Amino acid sequence: MSALLELHDVDVEIPLPGGTLHAVRGVSLSAGRGQAVGLVGESGSGKSLTLRAAMDLLPVPARVTGGTIVVDGVDVTGMTPERRRKHLSSVMAMIFQDSLTALNPTMRIGDQVAEVPRVRLGMSRSAARARALDLLDQVGIRDPESRYRAYPHELSGGMRQRVCIAIALSADPALILADEPTTALDVTIQAQVLGVLARLRQERGVGLMLVTHDLAVVSGTCDELNVMYAGRIVEHGRTEVLLDAPRHPYTAALLRSVPDPDQPVHRLLTIAGQPPDLMNPLPGCPFAPRCPAVVERCRTEVPPLLDLSAGHQSACWRAHEPEDWPQAISEAALEGVLR
Amino acid sequence: MGREEVEDRMRHLAYVGRRLVAMIPVAFGVTLIVFFMIHLVPGDPARTLLGVRATDESVAALHVRFGLDQPLWKQYLDFLGRLVHGDLGQSFFYNVDVSELVVGRLPATIWLLVAATILALAISLPLAVLAATHQGGPVDQVVRAVPLLGLGMPSVWVGIMLVLLLGLKVRAFPVSGFGTTPAQHVSSIVLPGLTVALALTPILIRSLRTSLIGVLDSDYVVTARAKGLSRGRIITAHTLRNAAVSSVTVLGVNIAYLVGSTLVVERVFGLPGLGTLMLDAIFNRDFPVVQGVTLVFAVMVVLINLGTDVVHGALDPRVELA
Amino acid sequence: MTAVVAGPASPTGRAGRVARASSLRLNPTLVAGLSLLGLIVLVALCAPLITHWDPIQQDLTSSLLPPGNGHLLGTDQLGRDVFARLLYGARTDLRVGALAVLFPFVLGGTLGLLAGWFGGWFDLVLMRIVDIVVAFPFFVLVIALVFALGQGTSSIYIAITLVGWVAYARIVRSEVLVAKEQEYAMAARASGLPTRRILLRHLVPNVLLQAFVFSMSDIVLSILAIVTLGYLGLGVPPPTPDWGSMIGEGQAFVFTRWYLAAIPGFAVVITGLSLALIADGFVQRSGRR
Repeated sequence: MSALLELHDVDVEIPLPGGTLHAVRGVSLSAGRGQAVGLVGESGSGKSLTLRAAMDLLPVPARVTGGTIVVDGVDVTGMTPERRRKHLSSVMAMIFQDSLTALNPTMRIGDQVAEVPRVRLGMSRSAARARALDLLDQVGIRDPESRYRAYPHELSGGMRQRVCIAIALSADPALILADEPTTALDVTIQAQVLGVLARLRQERGVGLMLVTHDLAVVSGTCDELNVMYAGRIVEHGRTEVLLDAPRHPYTAALLRSVPDPDQPVHRLLTIAGQPPDLMNPLPGCPFAPRCPAVVERCRTEVPPLLDLSAGHQSACWRAHEPEDWPQAISEAALEGVLR
Repeated sequence: MGREEVEDRMRHLAYVGRRLVAMIPVAFGVTLIVFFMIHLVPGDPARTLLGVRATDESVAALHVRFGLDQPLWKQYLDFLGRLVHGDLGQSFFYNVDVSELVVGRLPATIWLLVAATILALAISLPLAVLAATHQGGPVDQVVRAVPLLGLGMPSVWVGIMLVLLLGLKVRAFPVSGFGTTPAQHVSSIVLPGLTVALALTPILIRSLRTSLIGVLDSDYVVTARAKGLSRGRIITAHTLRNAAVSSVTVLGVNIAYLVGSTLVVERVFGLPGLGTLMLDAIFNRDFPVVQGVTLVFAVMVVLINLGTDVVHGALDPRVELA
Repeated sequence: MTAVVAGPASPTGRAGRVARASSLRLNPTLVAGLSLLGLIVLVALCAPLITHWDPIQQDLTSSLLPPGNGHLLGTDQLGRDVFARLLYGARTDLRVGALAVLFPFVLGGTLGLLAGWFGGWFDLVLMRIVDIVVAFPFFVLVIALVFALGQGTSSIYIAITLVGWVAYARIVRSEVLVAKEQEYAMAARASGLPTRRILLRHLVPNVLLQAFVFSMSDIVLSILAIVTLGYLGLGVPPPTPDWGSMIGEGQAFVFTRWYLAAIPGFAVVITGLSLALIADGFVQRSGRR
């Protein structure tokens, strides 16, 4: 499988009045054709910004300050914005968390889906309309004819998100980047929207890179996972492996903090400590202050992603000895909230 | 598809109808105020009207003529009755129906308002777009300074300055009068129109820029960028229309002020419009004309506000549900 | 849009220094505006010290003299020193402008406060009245009222008050409506404090701030109105010097003595600029845009 999207050692910085925020640090990841890759982490881990950097959609003060981005074999890092935009939008598409604000409130949804075919693909009005109707049908919207002239605020959240997926499909992308697409939806609708994405993957081979903080979402959808913390990737590997036998203390803590519906809950487990200060990053592993398995080396040297087995990497000096990690990891209650 | 369009049209009409109904109490109130203006002053309204020319006979004559001895509510009803027939009374000074005078002077004022609006938009829109797309840059700083200076500029003075710079030194446009042919109208209306427009541009630039920035930051613009659309397309199809929505509201709110400033600008440029009619009437103590023109101005503002509401509803589909 | 993680506060670091400067709440705009206004007010107050000419003293033999010979800006058509009239005119316009804002502020603010807090039919009726007054163009109604009341400074005050109160009523009312929902109002009510006490201690300070910021730009509007009235001959009665009447009288001589009409206008623009800067500065300070 050839890689469609590759990030090599990418840094994203945000200059602020009080200093520079190092939001994404040395992130490398890739997504191959037809693959579903997950990017998980808490708020502030830099996962959204990583996705946006890939699509050249970073919000204004944020900038890519290091590394290279390769899309479909082409290095887009040094390109002019115009050329980059052209190339990126022909290969990838993006959907966002809030479908209501992601759609133009004064434009009918049908026209919004038909926009790319008309404007970028040069189709005639009627051809574009037909294509839009077809796309709406593909994302599972029943009776697309009657919905075509609706405005975004007239549709339910789940429908709107499907419209956004239809828009994403309208350029015939090979990869869809999804930034928390189901966070604003309730659980049943969530399942439906994820189902649409899965079906598209099966039937049309459209790949997916999914950003979320919700482990339940990735467990059903993604083949591979990247776990992010404080702007770095701390673990990477196949989903089943990570969820079953994590080799990074942070991943383990994440898993522990998700209440198991089958077990009685004694207390909700959280991760102790404060979220990391991205303006003044500490030397060494970013998780060190909160890690129960920490040793002296962790505070002074940043662990790189170490290979554990085929396709499984962890950025932890003690990744090879998970049995030796203190049991205290599961008892770390007190402050710190996982969001 | 045809049925949906009919439904849309019905919804639009219902909205307009609702707005019209909401205006009725306002219309009544307007007539009330105009009617009571003369009764504000303590003492005999007839004496107030005549001012220094009051003699016992003339006062008594006025009482008869305007029925000032009758109870107030009856006077008001008579007034309303006359209004419905389009009778605004008779001018003291010219001995002609006020409505005739108004109709004669209306064109110049309307030309002025239209010219002012077009010029204001033509100046504000490009500047606001420039400022919003280069937010924080030097262009933006300059554009933001404009309202700071502009808000404090009396229209009177702006008019005189324009006369000085463009009318006298350069002789580009006529400095007074209205002309008789449409071509002359156009060239005569440029300077006064510009004067009034410059009163509106500070507010317009400010609000357009703010709403443009708000729109450019919004998520649907990000979606549009993700779609790979060109910058131009994003601005025209997605940004402007949404920014226009809030600006139409701002325009509507400030129209009242705008209409008022035509008064003085007409005087500066000697335009034969409603403004000069009113000012002359004030100096001639011609009360019926003052009353009539005030009413006409208020009606104009109400109608223009209705117009902006309708445009607002047409631009933003979320509004018509209200 | 960006998920920014706030690090632990560092009171001694660079972040801390930035925080302290802004807690003084003086930004460059506000400082510029206050200084400029202060300068203008100072000049107006010290007029007798700056120039020895009497602004209302006529001297028909020295009419329309160009600048020079002791007359910094020359003389007007009645031989009065222009510079003196400019300085004394500042006194008139600033004083009348400020006072003419005070009355609408008090009237409109009170009515808005009551309407917002008590609601009910009082609120409904008041808002209807507001809609009606707003239907009239500002100048038109002011001029019509000045006409009805007769020329004079008190007429100006009354006219502007009767027309200008609506803006304050609206602002104060909407602020009150917002504040009513706030926790502290509910808490005060729950603790059984009498209504008047709640109004005075809790809501008024915050509400006043918004009205105050608006009043800065309203003073500009008010000065513009007075200047315009002066131009039309309906303003402050002669011979009191006033920028508006200076512009009006100067228009006739725009060919030869263009500055007679231009310079008072500049004065208005600069005054307006200072007030606009102050208003902007306050807005920046409170963080609302």
